[in-house]
Amino acid sequence: MNKFSVIGQSVPRIDGWAKATGSAMYTDDLSLPGMLIGKLLRSPHAHARILSIDVSKALALPGVKAVITGNDPVTNKTTHWRMRPQLADMAALASDRVRFLGEEVAAVAAVDEDTAIEALSLIKVEYEPLPGVFTIEEAIAENAPRVHDEFDRNINPSVSLPVSYGDVEKGFAESFHVRTDKFSTPTVIHAYMEPHSALASYEPPGKLTLWASTATPYYLKGDVAQVMGLRESDVRVIKPYLGGNFGGRNVPFALDFCAGLLSMRSGKPVKITYDRKEEFNAAGRRHAARLELKTGVSKEGILLAKEISVYLDGGAYNGFGPTVTFLSGLYHTVVYRLPNYKFNGYRVYTNNPIAIGMRGFCGPQAHFAAETQMDMIAEDLGMDPVELRLKNVIKTGEIVPTVGVIKSCGLTEALNKVSSAVNWSGRPKEKGTGKGMAITCFGQMSGANFNFYNTPYAYSGAEIRAYPDGTLTLFSLAADVGQGSDTLLCQIAAEELGLKIGDVRFIGNDTAVDPVDLGAYSSRQTMFSGNAVLAAARDLKQQLFEAASPKLETSVIHELEARDGRIQVKGSAKRGMTFGEAVMCVLRAKGGKEVSGFGTYTPRGKGTATPAVGYGVAAAEVEVNKETGVTRVTRFTMAHDCGTNINPMAVEGQVYGSIQMGLGYALSEKLIIDKGRVMNANFLDYKMPSTLDMPEMVSFAIDTVDPEGPFGAKESGEGPINCVAPAITNAVYNAVGFRVMELPVRPDDILGLRKDKKG
Amino acid sequence: MKKTISLDVNGATYETAAEPQDTLLDVLRGNLRLTGTKKGCETGNCGACTVLFDGNAVDSCLILALEAEGHKIITIEGLADASKLHPLQQAFIKYGAIQCGYCTPGMLLSAKALLDRLPRANEEDIRKGLEGNLCRCTGYKQIVEAVEAVVRGEFK
Repeated sequence: MNKFSVIGQSVPRIDGWAKATGSAMYTDDLSLPGMLIGKLLRSPHAHARILSIDVSKALALPGVKAVITGNDPVTNKTTHWRMRPQLADMAALASDRVRFLGEEVAAVAAVDEDTAIEALSLIKVEYEPLPGVFTIEEAIAENAPRVHDEFDRNINPSVSLPVSYGDVEKGFAESFHVRTDKFSTPTVIHAYMEPHSALASYEPPGKLTLWASTATPYYLKGDVAQVMGLRESDVRVIKPYLGGNFGGRNVPFALDFCAGLLSMRSGKPVKITYDRKEEFNAAGRRHAARLELKTGVSKEGILLAKEISVYLDGGAYNGFGPTVTFLSGLYHTVVYRLPNYKFNGYRVYTNNPIAIGMRGFCGPQAHFAAETQMDMIAEDLGMDPVELRLKNVIKTGEIVPTVGVIKSCGLTEALNKVSSAVNWSGRPKEKGTGKGMAITCFGQMSGANFNFYNTPYAYSGAEIRAYPDGTLTLFSLAADVGQGSDTLLCQIAAEELGLKIGDVRFIGNDTAVDPVDLGAYSSRQTMFSGNAVLAAARDLKQQLFEAASPKLETSVIHELEARDGRIQVKGSAKRGMTFGEAVMCVLRAKGGKEVSGFGTYTPRGKGTATPAVGYGVAAAEVEVNKETGVTRVTRFTMAHDCGTNINPMAVEGQVYGSIQMGLGYALSEKLIIDKGRVMNANFLDYKMPSTLDMPEMVSFAIDTVDPEGPFGAKESGEGPINCVAPAITNAVYNAVGFRVMELPVRPDDILGLRKDKKG
Repeated sequence: MKKTISLDVNGATYETAAEPQDTLLDVLRGNLRLTGTKKGCETGNCGACTVLFDGNAVDSCLILALEAEGHKIITIEGLADASKLHPLQQAFIKYGAIQCGYCTPGMLLSAKALLDRLPRANEEDIRKGLEGNLCRCTGYKQIVEAVEAVVRGEFK
């Protein structure tokens, strides 16, 4: 029986009506009186010096209200890594040099889009092209052209992060079997359906309001203030409805800065919206990676040591720099027990657009390598790959040096659940039949602990106001990017206060109104924002109990409960009052002062990386057509340990969406980049799965309760993607009998390899 | 050079001025402020801008506004009755078929066109009917399930 009333229910999302009727406003849907349209001029060179920019003809075009360049006005640079200010390289516009094809060099604001586009064509930029580097191999070669003059071989030491524990050399020496493998993963894009948009309105003498398609309004506020030279709270960021994130809205792009600067110069509101081509060419993308894994195991299949070397194609600037680099190693330590670990990660500058976090934050890269190699090791040892995993998976209570105590882990249960659901032991063992099955594991952080932004605020804050009519308003800057966090946070508030979800109004997305929350990245909204909301609800409940207690003639308030819309003596609905009456008691006692509870959450002393790890197991079943090389995933099964499942329907949505994105990563998605130019910058040539590509999907929830999570809950937004691609590619191996070490595995790869195999 | 056109959208007649190169999408969103129709790619590949054009689901980014004169256009704003949501809208909400919501208006209108044509559509029909609408959030499963629920008559 469910001991909760709202938690654990598949509550429909609170914004469902707005989104189903088309009344939900996204940033580009907004319009202000006198609003101008902004456009950005982009570099046609991947690497070049800017010798001169002449904007006079553009400025003279009727209808053009402002033109800015990298030196006019002079602006500052910013970074999300304020802990290392030397990494500040996010700028409004390029000033002296462009480092990727599509980098922004000038911006115009005009009365309409056509005029703005015409103005761009009138700007004359004189470039001196420079040699560029476009792959990791080119970038790290001896005497390679430098993207940034100060960094030899294009490696910035302050972005690289060596991590180790134990003694890998000793571990390898004690191993029965050691193998080293190299893996390669492609650049893919977030492909959220809503293109970036920013609408800025500057009001002299110094207040800016920015509506933006961001998943991190608090960071954007600080970044824009830094670049524009404003005080942080002179900038108000409002996040309208957001059309998907997947990590792509965690860093600012040129439009966020330029909309504000153009509004400041023109005295009018300015909106800039990217088109899809700009998204493909100049917004974020997942890091391409080259990974080398050396792993040692005992005869019994116990992992003894792992040494990892990772090179990431970071593009021209730092982005989330050290964070992605560190995390590309972390995933290897949280899934399987690993006594000896050594990681060297390098994020390499290239003349490609900036790579940032994308769903899983380097998890899919790391898991593709790790889970492929686990199957290879199992085969070397003549062991069932599931048995090998069962021997090595982390269990609840174990200590991982990079994280701390793992307080909940459902991996063993998930492996058993998935194996039995797909009849793993009864599968055909023969390879090369054209049909294959494979099982893989994942782990994912539930929010990032490290304060890279150097914020003085709690990581998540929340306020709940209560009214005598029995309703609440919940204030939180957590970002609903589509994952449903607004609904989930309302569930948490309603549960703790004994109310219904319909009693809660969510007022979020406004940095001038809501308590600080760092936003939607690293799967942190449930764990961090949820805990802040829970703390606020408890604060409010305490006030209600204190005021109600004398009237209910209880000596200690511990005898009270908030339940079914009432504040009452535990188990006795008769000795109580309505929630609204209790609010009225507090309101009167406080002389009419608003009745409000506050809560925060900052995971101090909760490990170095994350307070909890979400886990899961996937099984892919595939059929490979040997004549065409086409792989069809016939069924995909996943068991997910997200702790207490606060909203099963929403969690299933995260699982199915992750399977889709992981399936694309495995089989079809790749940005084809030629000397920095994206050759498939549209949805026709960039192959992301449609309804017809999707397999039958089965999702199981593994029940654990994480003591750190709100009502025991952990992450669900990112983890499930991590092990999708290796499940599919390992299944492809079992179907065709040879292995592809590079993603995606396309029909050409399978046919080509088959030919090689046959000689 | 702008030309005055008359559009029949959601049962109402709108007089508006459009450039010859303006798409139906631009005019719906800009001139008519019907922003429920979304702009996703402007190349007819994503389906976010789907509207009903004489009952057929079409990408409004591929149709010039001038061509739309004399045709009946239904946008997402015209799907619900004043008093209650269309069964597809109810089902999308109830079945978790909406996440970020950006593909939702186009997805709903493609589903409507499909069910108007094939009221007994099965799973395969539904997948084929929605193939032109990309979604990056849901993996489509709950969307297909929502449409199946409407076919079953679960929503009135």
